[in-house]
Amino acid sequence: MSYFTFLAEHGSTLLLGTVTTIKVLICSMILYVIISMIFGLMRLSKNLVIQGIATVYIEFFRGTSLLVQLFWVYYVLPFFGLSLEAFVAGVVALGMNFGAYGAEIVRAGILAVPKGQWEAAHALNFSPSKRIKRIIIPQIFPIILPPAANLTVELLKATALVALVTVVDLTFEAKQINSITWLSAQCFGTALLIYYIMARFALVPFLRWLEVLAARKVGREKA
Amino acid sequence: MGFRWDFAYEILPQMLLATLNTIIAAGVGYAIALIVGLFFLLGQRTPSKIINGINREIVEFIRSTPLLIQLFFVYFVLPQFGITLSAWLCGMITIGLHFGTYLSEVYRGALEGVSKTQWEACRALNFSTIYTYRRIVLPQAFPIAIPGMGNYLVGIFKDTPLLSTIGVAELFHAATAVGGYNYRYLEPYTMVGIIFLILSVPAAMWVRRLEARVNLAQGKIKQ
Repeated sequence: MSYFTFLAEHGSTLLLGTVTTIKVLICSMILYVIISMIFGLMRLSKNLVIQGIATVYIEFFRGTSLLVQLFWVYYVLPFFGLSLEAFVAGVVALGMNFGAYGAEIVRAGILAVPKGQWEAAHALNFSPSKRIKRIIIPQIFPIILPPAANLTVELLKATALVALVTVVDLTFEAKQINSITWLSAQCFGTALLIYYIMARFALVPFLRWLEVLAARKVGREKA
Repeated sequence: MGFRWDFAYEILPQMLLATLNTIIAAGVGYAIALIVGLFFLLGQRTPSKIINGINREIVEFIRSTPLLIQLFFVYFVLPQFGITLSAWLCGMITIGLHFGTYLSEVYRGALEGVSKTQWEACRALNFSTIYTYRRIVLPQAFPIAIPGMGNYLVGIFKDTPLLSTIGVAELFHAATAVGGYNYRYLEPYTMVGIIFLILSVPAAMWVRRLEARVNLAQGKIKQ
């Protein structure tokens, strides 16, 4: 069977899987951005309890494997009476895992804002919340976006793991087609290509555009 | 249904034995990745533009596609071309290739971290290129590369559970098998998480300590 007949027969199935992968990606992206903001700020709190919670969270999720967390959420939480749908479990595990990595990026970004900005905000008698919200946060985006972009490409790759908890995404479909037709080269090769195209020609340009936008917002034109 | 300590105690020897396999897998995969990284680095630094371009595309492709599908690809496609490898070998090769691309970036960064004046001084002293690398550049580049190399050792360790999907009998595989046999997933998966934490958190802390020491030696003082 030629490659084109393969595509004509199974292309639509793979595309359906791709849509699910994109859904997983977008949902977990939103979740991880929120989590990393919250825990990044908590990590810098002067309150030792809050800081401790954030540190434990980050060390825990960075210290264990994503796959283990995913299986734990999907197969073990039901023991405690909390059954999540596969899609939700996948998004939650991905979001929480990458949120831990993102929190470290946010923390480093906040620390990288020049000290003079804090002092100036203090001197102008801004309230602490206003200081963070209006002065510091807007300035961290140009700093955190490049590492966050790398992390987001990692996230796209990590979405493949949700197939193992029965989310019907691109990987799952590829595996399924493989077990029916045994055309391994075609189905896994196509899946690899689709992931590559998504990362290289959609996700990365989008993130670069965000970087340029953020740099422009704070008055730093990117060359 | 709470955590059953007697069951956890019963399966502990089995899990610890499998942990040994995980450590071996991570170690061998890392060793291969270190060498593969050198080859990618070589491709990057050859004067030929064509080889540079091909090398870059290969690295980009491997880096932006999921390890999981790469594993499937190697495991299912190679036999179609008459090459039948054991699951272990497939896993090691794939991990080596995947992380080799990352390590080549670490090597590149380290080499670029050595100041250009060092090269110029060597040229002025009429040192040969090999001598310059061996005695001047590499001894300075190596400490810069150590933290990055350490990070990927921890990274490989955390990605070894993926090997269970092609049937490598490592820790996660053992947990799934034990869980399926006894129809209790709570204890095995929790224990996998704890074992990973016990092994990878100290390793990550050690890498961070190394990083701080390297920064100090480089004259980059962190506040």
